[in-house]
Amino acid sequence: MAYNCVVLVKQVPDTKRITGKAMNDDGTVNRAALPAIFNPEDLNALEAALDIKDRFGGTVTVITMGLPAAVTTLKDALYRGADEAILVTDARCAASDTLATSYILSCAVKRIKYDIVLCGRQAIDGDTAQVGPQLAEKLGIPQITYVEKPVEIEGRTITAQRNIGNGWQKVKAQLPVLLTVTGEANVPRVAAAKKMMKYKAAMTPAGVEQKIKAENSHASADEIKELAVQKCSEMDKKGLLIEQWNLDFLKADLTWCGRNGSPTKVHRIQSVVLASKETKSVEPTDEGLSGMIHELLEDKIIA
Amino acid sequence: MIDVNRRGEVWVFAEQHGGLLEDTPIELMSKGRHLADILGVGLGAVLLGDNVKALATKLIHYGADKVYLAEHPLLERYQANSYAKVFYDLIHKYKPQIVVYGATAVGRDLGPRIASATKAGLTADCTDLQIGDHKTTDGQMHKNLLFQIRPAFGGNIIATIINYDRWPQMATVREGVMVMATPDTKRKGQIITEKVQLSPQELPIEILEEHTRAKKVDLKAARIIVAGGAGLGSKDNFRLIWDLANCLGGAPAATRAAIDLGFIDHDHQVGQTGTTVRPSLYIAVGISGAIQHQSGMSQSQKIVAINNDPQAPIFDVAHYKIVGDLNEVVPRMIKAIKEKGFKETSSAESK
Repeated sequence: MAYNCVVLVKQVPDTKRITGKAMNDDGTVNRAALPAIFNPEDLNALEAALDIKDRFGGTVTVITMGLPAAVTTLKDALYRGADEAILVTDARCAASDTLATSYILSCAVKRIKYDIVLCGRQAIDGDTAQVGPQLAEKLGIPQITYVEKPVEIEGRTITAQRNIGNGWQKVKAQLPVLLTVTGEANVPRVAAAKKMMKYKAAMTPAGVEQKIKAENSHASADEIKELAVQKCSEMDKKGLLIEQWNLDFLKADLTWCGRNGSPTKVHRIQSVVLASKETKSVEPTDEGLSGMIHELLEDKIIA
Repeated sequence: MIDVNRRGEVWVFAEQHGGLLEDTPIELMSKGRHLADILGVGLGAVLLGDNVKALATKLIHYGADKVYLAEHPLLERYQANSYAKVFYDLIHKYKPQIVVYGATAVGRDLGPRIASATKAGLTADCTDLQIGDHKTTDGQMHKNLLFQIRPAFGGNIIATIINYDRWPQMATVREGVMVMATPDTKRKGQIITEKVQLSPQELPIEILEEHTRAKKVDLKAARIIVAGGAGLGSKDNFRLIWDLANCLGGAPAATRAAIDLGFIDHDHQVGQTGTTVRPSLYIAVGISGAIQHQSGMSQSQKIVAINNDPQAPIFDVAHYKIVGDLNEVVPRMIKAIKEKGFKETSSAESK
């Protein structure tokens, strides 16, 4: 029995490589100074889906919501073995919190025939782990969070092992379900050279139009449009067209999108400046260390 | 969602497993009490389970004015769907203004499911909660909102999040960041028993097997912590951490980096993805002091840092700065401690 998997991925700034330059003086994040990467645990979600496809057959569709630049993350997913990639992009998605994001993603997922929806446990820029469960609720399906091992599937029954903090739990559910996958679940496969060759040229319709505009600087707007339509249909036949969906296409209710759809707002952002304390230098000698231990005893820090 | 309801209570999700309360809800009761007092409203604890009534009194001792008790055989074990449904109904019935959950595996699974169903906001992994006012860009003033304070961007920024229109204001709060109050056994409160209607269809997950184990170390309770970083170099050399911890009667701990290198078990991790600690004494050995680590230990009463790099960021939060080779400094320190008459304890054992 084959299964259709939908994987939600996110392009994130590499927060592990934040340097002084990545923070503006006002405490906001200078995203330009940070490399954009494939959210690490989303790679584990993708691997879990590819593993299901390898074992049982079916398809793997990858969706991301983000800026047009997030297309590089989708291409990376295609290089690793995804069958189809969809970019959800719209200026009206900006400032979405997790609730609005899960609503928009639910509109996208509902357009696809799926058995299993997979997300990474959490994204490293926010670390909230909220979009997965919220999406499951919006889709009206059960969630199995913190999946830490490859899953077993028999017919319409899935069995998964999940991390519950102080141990693990093995659970069973009927498809469709949503899984959130942890970094321990598997080792993501790397990009395949053949697929890289194939999908290197993959683009969204907007990307195609931009490219044609750049190559035909004297053409009229209509001519460019016509050329773009032609090119897109050619690319689609070769499986190189990355679908691009906006909120109109998704028929999303704008009340629940972007800033409007987000109950949480930012009151204040502060750069982390840890309180400067009085630091005493201690010589790494017997006398120095003995003096420090003496002080700690005097202050009743140790007893 | 519910409308802004200034008379609404402050609620804490009283997470329990097998009839035992988790630590986090008890920690949250003292914070919740504080918030409720500022707002001049009651503090409610929401207790879901089967045969868990005995816990209600304990929650009252820890500060609850009311305990909303929902008992049903199908609530015996936690499941996202069933717990979210019962909780959702309670929110819509009583309209609390604030709901907080521990950011435990359960809290982080349940909270978003409830937030999505109620179409309300939820801020994850808060490290502090306060009450304050917010002025929107168009000049509207919103008084007495819940300030949901959390690190973001890998701990590099602290964000204060608010929710002024679609209530309840909800947050999950990290384990160990709120200080547990002393219970007052004379405190009186009200237990409100709720009728629960659930059908097996509302439990789509079947739990086949479960294995839990006690943590190998209770870092939250430790008065002295000796933590090692990648600078230790090897698991063999990490022995120095165990030795120093043993001679002080302290607990051994580590950074994420040292754990990833296999020096010690994950239970010993201090930092943003590990445990938040505030011992009397924290000795950081061979730890450079990444922001993610600092956020889990900078509240310690006294911090001693040993590092061979005088520029290591850990020194920014240290009270005692020791620049030197840890392989020489740690044995010297052990010697100095023993000279002061300390007896070696066996509370921490290396495996």
